[in-house]
Amino acid sequence: MDEIVNLFHGFATVLQPFNILVMVVGIVLGIVIGVLPGLGGANGVAILLPLTFSMSPTSAIIMLSCIYWGALFGGAITSILFNIPGEPWAVATTFDGHPMSQQGKAGEALTAAFTSSFVGALFAVIMITLVAPLVARFALQFGPAEKFAVYFLAFCSFVGLSKEPPFKTIVSMMIGFALASVGLDAVTGQLRLTFGFTHLLTGFDFLIAVIGLFGIGEILLTMEEGLSFRGKSAKINLRVVLQTWKELPKYWMTSLRSCVIGCWMGVTPAGATPASFMSYGIAKRMSKRGKNFGHGEIEGVVAPETAAHAAGTAALLPMLSLGVPGSPTAAVLLGGLLIWGLQPGPMLFVEQKEFVWGLIASMYLGNFVGLLIVLTCVPMLAAILRIPFSIIAPIILVLCAIGAYTVNNSTFDVVMMLVFGVLGYILKKTNYPLAPLVLAIVLGKMAEESFRQALLGSQGGLGVFFSNGLVGSIMALGLIALFWTVIQNVLTRLMAMMAKPA
Amino acid sequence: MKRSFLKFGFGAATLMGAACVFAPVAAQAAWEPTRPVEFIIPAGTGGGADQMARAIQGIVTKHNLMKQPMVVINKAGGAGGEGFLDVKASRGNPHKIIITLSNLFTTPLATGIPFSWKDLTPVAMLALDEFVLWVNAEKPYKTVKEYVDAVKKAPPGSMKMGGTGSKQEDQIITVALEKATGTKFTYIPYRGGGEVAVQLVGGHVDSTVNNPIEAVAQWRGGKVRPLCVFDGKQLEYKDVVADGKTWADIPTCKSQGVDMEYLMLRGIFTVPGATKDQVQYYVDLLQKVRETPEWKDLMKNGAFNTTFMTGDQYAKWVATEEARHQTLMKEAGFLAGQ
Repeated sequence: MDEIVNLFHGFATVLQPFNILVMVVGIVLGIVIGVLPGLGGANGVAILLPLTFSMSPTSAIIMLSCIYWGALFGGAITSILFNIPGEPWAVATTFDGHPMSQQGKAGEALTAAFTSSFVGALFAVIMITLVAPLVARFALQFGPAEKFAVYFLAFCSFVGLSKEPPFKTIVSMMIGFALASVGLDAVTGQLRLTFGFTHLLTGFDFLIAVIGLFGIGEILLTMEEGLSFRGKSAKINLRVVLQTWKELPKYWMTSLRSCVIGCWMGVTPAGATPASFMSYGIAKRMSKRGKNFGHGEIEGVVAPETAAHAAGTAALLPMLSLGVPGSPTAAVLLGGLLIWGLQPGPMLFVEQKEFVWGLIASMYLGNFVGLLIVLTCVPMLAAILRIPFSIIAPIILVLCAIGAYTVNNSTFDVVMMLVFGVLGYILKKTNYPLAPLVLAIVLGKMAEESFRQALLGSQGGLGVFFSNGLVGSIMALGLIALFWTVIQNVLTRLMAMMAKPA
Repeated sequence: MKRSFLKFGFGAATLMGAACVFAPVAAQAAWEPTRPVEFIIPAGTGGGADQMARAIQGIVTKHNLMKQPMVVINKAGGAGGEGFLDVKASRGNPHKIIITLSNLFTTPLATGIPFSWKDLTPVAMLALDEFVLWVNAEKPYKTVKEYVDAVKKAPPGSMKMGGTGSKQEDQIITVALEKATGTKFTYIPYRGGGEVAVQLVGGHVDSTVNNPIEAVAQWRGGKVRPLCVFDGKQLEYKDVVADGKTWADIPTCKSQGVDMEYLMLRGIFTVPGATKDQVQYYVDLLQKVRETPEWKDLMKNGAFNTTFMTGDQYAKWVATEEARHQTLMKEAGFLAGQ
């Protein structure tokens, strides 16, 4: 009950006119940041952090968390319209979102994405409100072995549940792992595969790969296919929002499942990216219309967006209660908290009640205000697609180049982006899926680290991955997902055999 | 600190024939930034160096200490090598400064990248960061001796020490600790100090050598217990932190029979070939930062050792420290190609 009272105090703080203004400004800035590929939520928050030093901590955190919301919403826009994910977790949104916009259904895709983000985030905030202390304790059980198990599950569910031939999925994933291992090996502190070339010290940044593989690759393909861009027929009035809304309740099961996956991955803290991929993979398998996934199925937008935002929101919980950021953006927010003299950790909820509940209240309202703002923008955004390809393509190219440059302020990355573009084009032409490659670049390094940390701790014994109920059951789930097709075949045969004698 | 200030004041007074109070003003007029100053962090977001750099940026902005904006940029790749190489390559662009941690020495030594601190121009030592030996509060160990005895009793390598990064300060301390006590730990490297602290709370490692600021939240929450501090003298901060204890109550490891010391540099460098005026501008700026209440709060929160050094004294300190790291890392077998 205490929580509810505190929450209402929080609402009272947030509803002051100045704080509402701060909220709107934050969301608009966040959307702009989310739309520009490469800038990203973490950089955006870092750049804008100094703006907030003259405010009270509560107003400041409202502003920053609203920038975060805005960036989350904004990331979906470029994924759907141009096939360029602005953020790692928006990659899965491109799979069905972009085909939809090519078919002239950009408005529907955007509405579905925004609404799902809202639902996912809302679910996570409610969870934070109700069970914050419990969840924090759960997160503490995650050591290296448990973390590896979560990544393992994400990889397995992608191989086993994907409709692509497993061989091609695995080849693509292995290319990703190889690219992920370039740079400093965090466990031994040695450089790997850099060949004495200092540009490779940092390894391959995920964003460069994605901007190249998806953005540039897409432009190359479109050019080859004769500059046809069917986005022209996109409806540009607000009615499309209402029509899409009528359709969305049909997918409540996908939504609910994605919310749960998202919250779980956000808290553990594996983060929003595996959450979005896993949720997409599972939805593809479970849905009756799974065959259409990848060709512009609205459910394929709902699943990853819901999960990503539930995870992104839930990631704030370990940051506040344990001081461990669940995402890079959360890490910058953490830096902000320290500057305002707030020490995240177990005592924050006790000592800084007003601040914590103000933040949680601002999550509710910020999310709501964000949804209103982005939904009114849907027609305007969809109209962008009416611009002829010959004009929009160079603009996208320039945006991609700027995005790639901003990641590390390095021109070398712009060259790498072009290389990745060609690679993406070749892979697409030869029907190798790109998603497993991206997944491996994003999670490969972390998975490898957790794996080796776990083995260090167990002195080389693989038993550590089945040493307790938690890690054992996640690993088992992973193995089931990996061999799902085989298991399914065996099951159908068994059923047939059982049926015969009878 | 007093000594270096007097020396500077004396020098300026004789040179310009002016009272030493006017010296900083005169020096400042000589050079000041004409475009935004990039503040490079050779580490990721959220870590100790990042927190300090962002705090400095905040203080400079809030108190209008600089006419041009200060932009903070993380270049964490290759254990910070990316950031160091970037500053090294920026000769002739004085609008760039870098904050350092021990990876100033450890990264080039461990990876063999073409960089040495001598490639940069030293500006000032801001503070020294302390290291504390922490155990989980639910474990029975109340003193270093009890813990060391437990480690000795356990099979060698079965006790786990968590730390930030590989072949960096935390692992160097672990190796030195093993030497001083005749024990053997399994060192497990993690990404950042916050994560290390949580792994200790979750019982996934047995002890850590976190900096105070990385573990203070967990200490206040009653989840971890400090055993000793790796400094030559006890800390000065007498505000109660957790269950009636203050930072000053933590005994030094030396007094507990573990004969070793380790402090980490939190210092500022600028590009190679920077002129005296340019360096002086940054020294004055940092002096002003140090006088703000926000800075004092940060020092207190993180229980920092607030030694401040500039000029030759600072360069000499860095040189000694580099030699020490060379020896420590050689003994541990951490050097590149070893």
